Amino acid sequence: MDHSSGGAIGETPYPPVFVGAMKEELDALLGRYPTKMAALLPTLWMVQRERGWVSEEAMVEVSQELELTPAYVKGVVTFYTMYHQHPVGRYFIQVCTTSPCGACGAEKVVETLLEETGCADLGATSPDGRFTVIEVECLGACGFATPIMVNDEFIESVTPEKVSQILSQFK
Amino acid sequence: MGYPHKPHPKETPILSKYFGEPQARTLDGWKERGGYRALQQALGMTPVDIVNVVKESGLRGRGGAGFPTGSKWSFMKPGDGKAHYLCVNADESEPGTFKDREIMRWTPHALIEGTAIAAYAIGAEVAYIYIRGEFTEPLRVMEAAVKEAYAAGILGNNAMGSGHRVDVHVHRGAGAYICGEETALMNSLEGRRGNPRIKPPFPAVAGLFGLPTTINNVETLAAVPHILNNGAAWYKAMCLSNPKSTGSKLFSVCGNVTRPGNYEVTMGFPFKDFLYDLCGGPLPGRKFKAVIPGGSSVPIQTMDEAESTLMDYEGFVAKGTMLGSGGVIIFDDSQCMVKHIARFARFYAHESCAQCTQCREGTAWTTKILERIEAGGGTMQDFDTLLELADNMTGKTICVLSDSCAAPVVSGIQKFKHEFEAHITGKRCPFRATAAA
Repeated sequence: MDHSSGGAIGETPYPPVFVGAMKEELDALLGRYPTKMAALLPTLWMVQRERGWVSEEAMVEVSQELELTPAYVKGVVTFYTMYHQHPVGRYFIQVCTTSPCGACGAEKVVETLLEETGCADLGATSPDGRFTVIEVECLGACGFATPIMVNDEFIESVTPEKVSQILSQFK
Repeated sequence: MGYPHKPHPKETPILSKYFGEPQARTLDGWKERGGYRALQQALGMTPVDIVNVVKESGLRGRGGAGFPTGSKWSFMKPGDGKAHYLCVNADESEPGTFKDREIMRWTPHALIEGTAIAAYAIGAEVAYIYIRGEFTEPLRVMEAAVKEAYAAGILGNNAMGSGHRVDVHVHRGAGAYICGEETALMNSLEGRRGNPRIKPPFPAVAGLFGLPTTINNVETLAAVPHILNNGAAWYKAMCLSNPKSTGSKLFSVCGNVTRPGNYEVTMGFPFKDFLYDLCGGPLPGRKFKAVIPGGSSVPIQTMDEAESTLMDYEGFVAKGTMLGSGGVIIFDDSQCMVKHIARFARFYAHESCAQCTQCREGTAWTTKILERIEAGGGTMQDFDTLLELADNMTGKTICVLSDSCAAPVVSGIQKFKHEFEAHITGKRCPFRATAAA
C-alpha cells in the first residue's frame, strides 16, 4: 500500500512539505550530522513551522526523507511534548504552573486565560479557533513568574490583570 | 550584574557583566569587550596545555554534578583515530534555574568562544549546542551569533586561521526535561526518544553516535575564556570558603522574594547575606519559610539551615543539601509545603521517561499520595508508604530523575512534618482560605 498519498478516497491528497525551498533547507540540515536520523527533531520542527502540527501523513513523509519507518518517527514525536499531534488554535498558549510559578499565582493566570479566551478546558480550542491554552512544566523563566508562551513568543511576569491586554494583541 | 535587577556591590560580575547590553550580543560588540582573544590564544596552545590550565583553575561543572571540568576533558584521548564530539548542554529545565538562558540571550559569543576552546582541547571538530525547545529567544540569538562567527572565519574548517576545524551547530530540543540528562541528550541529538543510557560505557568512551564525547553545561563553558585570559591562579583565587570550590557562580532566584533574578557571587558567599541583602529579603509582611537552593532536585532547607550555609559545593552539602544547578527557590510563610512538594512530584511524574519501573510507578504513586494528603484525605500510614517508595526510588534506576523526585519528599517530611500532620488531622489544607466555614 502506498502511504505517501495519504488520506482515504474522496479526501484532499496530502501535499508534501519537503519540496522546493523546504527540500533545500532539509538537505542543508542533513550536512550537519553524520546520520540522517539525527536530523529528525529539526525536520519535525520544519513540518510544524509549515503546517502548524505534525500529522500522521507528515510522519510518513518525514520517515521517507530520513530513511526511517513511520512507526519509529511516531515513537519519537510522541515522546516530546512540543510537537502537536492534532491541529491547535491560531495562538497556542503555554502557561508554566510548576511550583516556583505556582507560589507566585500561576493558577489564577490559567483560570483567567481560560475565561478570557473562551476555551472550555485546558487543551481545548476556543470556538473561534483563535486560542488553545495548556499548562506546561517549568519554562525556565522562574524569576519572571508567571511566564507564558504564545506560539514562539515568550511573555514574562504575567498576572491575571494583564491577561486581557495581552490577548488583545493576538487577533 | 544579574539581569533584570541593578548590579549589587557584593556581586562578582564576570559572566553576567554584560547582561542587559544589546551591543554585547554582536560579534563587533563582543570583540570590543575583549572577546575571542582567548580562543586565538588557545588555538596556538597544545590541547594538553589548555586542559592543564582548566584543571589548575579548579573549575567544576555548573550543571549540577560539580565534576572537575579539566579532568573531564582529560578523559578524551587525542590521536585515537576516532571522531570526537562536544555536546553543550543548554537544555536548562531544572525548575528554579534560568541562568544559561541569560548567558545565551545576552552573551552568545561567550558561549561560542568557550565551546570552540573546549572542542579544540578535547580533539573534537564538531560541537552541538542542544537548546531546550521552549527557549525561542536564546535560540534565535545563538543562531545569529553562530552565523556571524562563521562569516568572520572564527568557526569553520580553518578556525581563526589556525588550520584547525571547529564546527558549531545549534540543535533545538522539543520539550522533555529528561534531555538535560547527558546520555538522554545524546539520544535526543541522534534523533531518538530521550531515554537515558546505562553507564558504563561513559560518554568519553562511547557517547554521541557511539564516539568519544564530552558534555558540558553552558555556564561552565562560558567561564573558560575568562580563565585563559586571566590565568588559572586568578580564577582559583576567587574563593571565600572551601578551596575545592573556585570562581564565580550564577544563582537564579525565584519564588516569594523581593528581587528575583540572577546574581553572580564568588564561591563561598554567605547564603544569609545573599537572601536578605542581595535578593532583598521576603515580601512586605512575610517571612521566609523554606529554600530549595540548587533547583528542585535537591533537598529542601529550613531557614536555620539556609542562613548558616556558605554558597559552594561543600557548603551546601554540609547543610544537608546540594548546590545543584544554582536555582534558588524560596517559599514564604503563606505557602503550603505539602502542596508544593506534591506539585514537584507531579513534575517528575510528568517528565519521567518511563523506562525504569521504580521511576515510572514511583513518581506516579508519590504524586497520587501527596495530592490526596493535600486534599485532606491522608492517613498517618502515608508517611511510611511515601518513605518506602522514596527508598525504592533512590539509587536504583538508570538516571537520577527518580532520586530527584524522592529528595524533596524525604526532606519535606523530615523538616515540615507538622504541615503534613496538620493536613491529615484537620482533613483539609490549613493554608486554603476558609470561605465556606
